[in-house]
This record gives sequence, C-alpha cells and structure tokens, in this order.
Amino acid sequence: MSTAADATRVEEVAGRVVADHDPRRVPVQEFLGACFDEGLAWVHFPEGLGGLGVSRGLQASADAVLQAAGGPVPFWLNPIGYGMAAPTLSEHARSPELARSWLRPLATTEDIWCQLFSEPGAGSDLAGLATSAVRDGDSWVLNGQKVWTTLAHRARWALLLARTDPDQPKHKGLTYFVLDMHTDGVRTRPLRQMTGQAEFNEVFLEDARIPDEHRLGAVGDGWRVAMTTLMNERSAIGAGGAERGSGTIADALALWADRPHRRTAVLRDRLAALWTRSEAQRLTSARAHRTATAGSPGPEGSISKLVVAELNQDVYEFCMDLLGPEGTLYGSYEVRREGGREADRRGVVQQRFLRSRANTIEGGTSEVLRNIMGERVLGLPGDMRADAGRSWKEVPRG
Amino acid sequence: MADTDTPVTPAEFDVTEEQRELRAAVRRFCAQQSDAAAVRRHMESDTGFDAAVWSRLGRELGVLGLAVPEELGGAGAGLVEQAIVVEELGAALLCGPVLGTMGLALPALVASSPGPLRDELVPSLVDGSRTAALAAPERAGLFDPHAITVGAVHAGDGWELTGVVPQVVDAAGADVLLVAASGPEGIALFAVPGAAEQVEVEPLTTLDLTRRQATVRMREVPARLLAGADEIDGVLGHAFYAASALLAAEQVGGAQHMLDVTVGYAKQRLQFGRPIGSFQAVKHRLADMLVLVEHARSTAEHAAWALQTGSDDPFLATSIAQATCSDAYYRVAADAVQLHGGIGFTWEHEAHLYFKRAVTDAALLGGAEIHRDRIAAAVLDHVRATPGVPPVADGRA
Repeated sequence: MSTAADATRVEEVAGRVVADHDPRRVPVQEFLGACFDEGLAWVHFPEGLGGLGVSRGLQASADAVLQAAGGPVPFWLNPIGYGMAAPTLSEHARSPELARSWLRPLATTEDIWCQLFSEPGAGSDLAGLATSAVRDGDSWVLNGQKVWTTLAHRARWALLLARTDPDQPKHKGLTYFVLDMHTDGVRTRPLRQMTGQAEFNEVFLEDARIPDEHRLGAVGDGWRVAMTTLMNERSAIGAGGAERGSGTIADALALWADRPHRRTAVLRDRLAALWTRSEAQRLTSARAHRTATAGSPGPEGSISKLVVAELNQDVYEFCMDLLGPEGTLYGSYEVRREGGREADRRGVVQQRFLRSRANTIEGGTSEVLRNIMGERVLGLPGDMRADAGRSWKEVPRG
Repeated sequence: MADTDTPVTPAEFDVTEEQRELRAAVRRFCAQQSDAAAVRRHMESDTGFDAAVWSRLGRELGVLGLAVPEELGGAGAGLVEQAIVVEELGAALLCGPVLGTMGLALPALVASSPGPLRDELVPSLVDGSRTAALAAPERAGLFDPHAITVGAVHAGDGWELTGVVPQVVDAAGADVLLVAASGPEGIALFAVPGAAEQVEVEPLTTLDLTRRQATVRMREVPARLLAGADEIDGVLGHAFYAASALLAAEQVGGAQHMLDVTVGYAKQRLQFGRPIGSFQAVKHRLADMLVLVEHARSTAEHAAWALQTGSDDPFLATSIAQATCSDAYYRVAADAVQLHGGIGFTWEHEAHLYFKRAVTDAALLGGAEIHRDRIAAAVLDHVRATPGVPPVADGRA
C-alpha cells in the first residue's frame, strides 16, 4: 500500500527530473531516459529497472508532474513496450541485467516493441497457436505466421509465444520468447484493414533463431508468462480518460453542438444515454484505479475494456446517425503506412466509426471478456471444452 | 443549473475501516432482525414494518441519523455513511420508513432553520422512537411548487392545513407528517401529527408491499410552521437531493443482492448435466449484470460524495446516479427473474420482491428517462460549437 512518505518521494523525484531535464527543451529520449533512471517510468518496478519499488497507484502522481511540465505520454510513443513488454520483462527476464538492457531503450522509445501472439488459426483460442520453436543447441529455431501485429514494421523487439511441445495439451506446450525483429528469417508485411489503413502487420517466421537466453520463464511455462502480458494489455486498453466529457463521447458532443439542424428528440435521448454511460464508466475506472493501486491488474480490468469498446461503437453509431447522408461519404482509402493508427484515431468521423468495429475484437473479444468476467470475477464454472486434456496435435483446427 | 464548464474534482471516496465496520454491522443486524422470513412477515402486517426493528436501528445501532449533525442529536458522520446503511437495508429489503424518514424528513429538518420544533423532532427520528413522512409534491426528484394541493391558514397562534396529498411514501403509521402547504405568505413547510383526528391517512395497496404509500387527507388540522416561504426551496431542495442519493444507494444494494443470488443459483442449478452458469448465454447475461451493478455503484457513491463535499453539481450528480441506478436495478432484477427460470416467477422466491422494489424505486423521484432528459438539458441543450469538432469527410480527398 502507498504511504504518505512514498507519495512525497515520488513527487519530489518527479519535480527534480523536470527541473533537471526540462521536457520542453531537451530531446524526448533524454527526458524519458532521465525518467527511467530516476525510477519514474514504472514507479512500482524495482529500483534500477525504471521504478522506485512503491505502489503502482503512485504512477498517476508522477505522470501528473511530468506531463504538467510538458512531458510526453510515453505509452502513446511505445504502447506495446510500455503497456505490455515492460511488466513482462521486469517479472520474467532471466537476469536483472538483461531486463535493464531491454527496459532502458524501451523507456526512451529508441526501441519500439511489438507482440507476436495472434495467428491466423489462433485468435480467441490463443493457446491453440501453431508457430513452432525447436531447440537447436543454445538457441531456438522458429517457424510460423503471426498476425495483427501493431508496429511490427518499426519494432526492434517482439514478445513472442511459440509451441515447443506439440504432444502436450495446448496450454502446457508453450514457451515465451523475446525476438530480435532484425534477425534473419523475420519478414513483415502490412495488413490492410476496413478503414483502408494498415496499422497492423503479418509477420512470417522462417527458421528465425532466438538465443535461449532470450526465453522468458521456463520451457513449457509460456502461458503463465503470457497472462502477465495480457492482463496488462486489457488494463492498458481499458484505462479511460480522467475528465468528465472527455474521450470518445467528446466527438459526439462536438458534432451535436456543430450540427443543430440535424438534432431530433430521439437523438437527444440517445446522446444523453451515451453521455451518462460514459460518465458511469469514467467514475468506475476512477474507482477501480483507486481500489487496485497495489499489485497487478486483475480480471476487473476486463470490465473497463468491455464497456469502453462497446461505448466507442455506440458513440460512433450515434455520430453516423447524426450526420445522416453526410456519413455515407469518405475521405480517402489511400494507405498511409506510417502512423496508420494515428490516421484512424484522428481521421474523419466516418473513419473513426469504421475503426471502432475493431474495438470489440482486439485485445480480447467482448465474448471472451464476458467469459472472463463470468468465470474469474463472478466465479461461474467454465464452459465444456472439446480440447480439454488432449494433446495439441490431436485437436482439430481450422 | 449545471455548470458543465467547471472541471470536476476527482472524488476520493476511498473506503475507510470505519465504513467497512459500519457496513458489516448493518448487514449483521439485517441477517438477524430482517431475514427473508421476517421481510415477508413485516410486509404482510398492517403497518408494513416492525416498529421494534426500526427503533433498534436507531437506538442500538445508531444508524438512522448518520448524516445529521451532532449538535442536532445525530452522529455527524455524513451522507456517504448514511448511503452505506441504506444500501445494506436495500440489499436486505428491510421494511420500514427508510425513504420517508431517513431519506426525506430528516434531511428536510436538518436544512430548516433552528427552532424548538426542529430540536424536538430530530432526536426522536434519529433514535427511531418516531417516524415521519414528507408530503410535498416533486417532479422527478425536484420540488414542484406548482403542484401544491394543501392550503394553510392562520388559526390563533398557529396554523391549520386543509387538502389532500396522494401517494405519500411511508405516511401510513407515521407519527409526524411534514407537509408543504400554500399560505398567505407563500409556500411553507409544516409539521402535523399523523394521529390527529383531522388527518385521515388512507393506506394504498402498493405494487411493492415492502414500501407502503398512503393518501393523506387533512381538514383544518392544527400545524406548526417548520420552514417559511423564504427557505422552502432550500429545505426541500436539500431533502430531495439527499433522498435521490440515498435511493440510488438502495438501488445498488438491491441490484448487488440480486446479482449475488443469481450467480449462486447459476453455479448450483444443473440442466443438461451441467451448471447453467457454464452456458455462455447465462454467463454473458450475468457479466452484463455485473457491469450494470458496478456502474450503478460508481454513480451512487459519487452522488453521495458530491452532496457531502460540494465537489460536483448536485443537480447533475443526482441525475447521473438516478438515471444509471434506476435502469440498473430494474434490469438486474428482471434478469434475475429470467435466469432463475420458473422458480423466479413464483411467489415463494424472493426475486419478485426485489423486482417490485426495483420498479418502485425507478419511478420514485424520477425514472431514468426523465433524469436523462434533465442531463440533456444541462449538458446538450445549450452546448455551443467549439473548435474541437472532429473532421467529417465530404467525399473529396
């Protein structure tokens, strides 16, 4: 739990960092490097690994000082790195030295990270994945295909889950690795999505080699390690804006204000309902954040992810209905490779509307999230599984 | 009106150890004094509640006046603490004048100017020896002075009231009626003894047997002035805001209980050789109920905190809570009936009692629609175009 002394310390350190490395003057990498060195990158990490060993909840205090001084939101510069790789590396890297050698350039955003989990044949059933890793002396040889990889074309490192034992039941035959994306045998191809943009990639692995030192956790223990990553993914995606009326609902309010001639009583009630739901979710995120300041994010993070995803869709459906015939037009389907994610996020309303369809699929489908909430939060029994207890290679796939 | 331009301070209603103990104590009390069998007994009794249980809540537990300042004989804790109590009473469906006395009459008295009448009434309501109801017209949780149906005239040193007030919650058996009446100087709030011979309280059969209503008829009944025309808006405004926040807390308690009971049932009930909770159609509905309960809890806690600290516009905070909690409780209770299947439709099962309370709570002090309408009036109707409008494609690259 956080103590007043820890809170004071975090604020003092943050004050010193912005005084010594004014984020409005120094290069962003120098500023973020100072944040890492002083333990403000992830305050709950151990000292030396970008943290101070204090309560996770105090990160907000640090960020408030850093960002008020003009510091960037590092999560947006290296989202997989900050949100998922960092907690996984700090917990599972083979040595603190190795963790540090990855974490510092991650924190400064010199090294962008990506995540090689999903495959064409393994989406919701991630543990059924087929990419193989075969031991060869001090290294592993990988073959397979990954998909939906954000930032793969810019990433230096990847978190990767591969099958090391096809004879075991699916969860038991997996091992977790860190892959150097510059290694021979790694090929990346853009994956175009319905908005026209290509913020994701397909990654092909053809005899790509990983030194055994870059394995995270024991051989066959990859699923447990992956849980660290996935729980952090859901809480990262599910983290909401802090101010009333901020986030996606702001788009609907702004359009409503801008197009009085399109208003009807029915649309007014819909927007009021959306606004109220956004507000309830904002208050819920704030409450969850306060009650879960210690320890790792739990399955409760799934609630925020589920609601925010569905709210986004409902908000943009409202926007399209408000626009009427205007909504049937589009800007451009021309692919802008760099900043594909930004192109969609900051694109025209019609593009944001299309992009929102992915919200209930990416990072865990809403169906899977409802299973998780039912089983892990409410304690309901699991569904019957056709693959239970069977070795992976005997389970039908397709 | 709502000031939507002011940034809202994040509410810091972290749960304290005292609050945890308070919740546990009320829960224990309800388990002993107001279990499912007792609720049935009380709701089918003439008065609709057990006065002994109510007075023990006041005298032994001391939880009826948590939001009442100490100098008036209360505990001086706050509305947040009072909301915790009401939430637990709602979870147990405890029969008693929770809304009439704790939700409406006490806040009205607390907001009134000091005086002997107030000093006399408050301690007896706080210790549970007397109960009270508020007979004042409201429209969706706001005092409605245009709907006054009672007149007040001077009579000697005091006043006399005449008129009829329909559907007064907790009026049957109330020792004291606080009545809003129109007099020569305007609308004022008066206190009338419920047992006066010039008062006829006609109990009504209510959909929810655990929350009674009555029609109050008064003919030249002697009354004492509590709050004059100059303070009536403030007094009833405070009362209705407090009642709205507490009602939201009650809705959270009821919804949480229905969720818990239904989850328990879904784990035990076997069909097709497996617990029904393992079916995704059931599991996903329960997950959605969980979201509703969590959202309701957040908005109800925020409303109580906002009223207690002044950290948010009370108009908006209570409407957000009422819009969210009314919907949530109703839907969770309705889904609880559904997921219980046939047994959930029986008189024997408790689900219908909560379902009926959910219907009643949603309608009292304004349902979700009217509160959304109010939110729209505050947030949408006067919003001005700003530079933050997202770009809209016009078909030209």
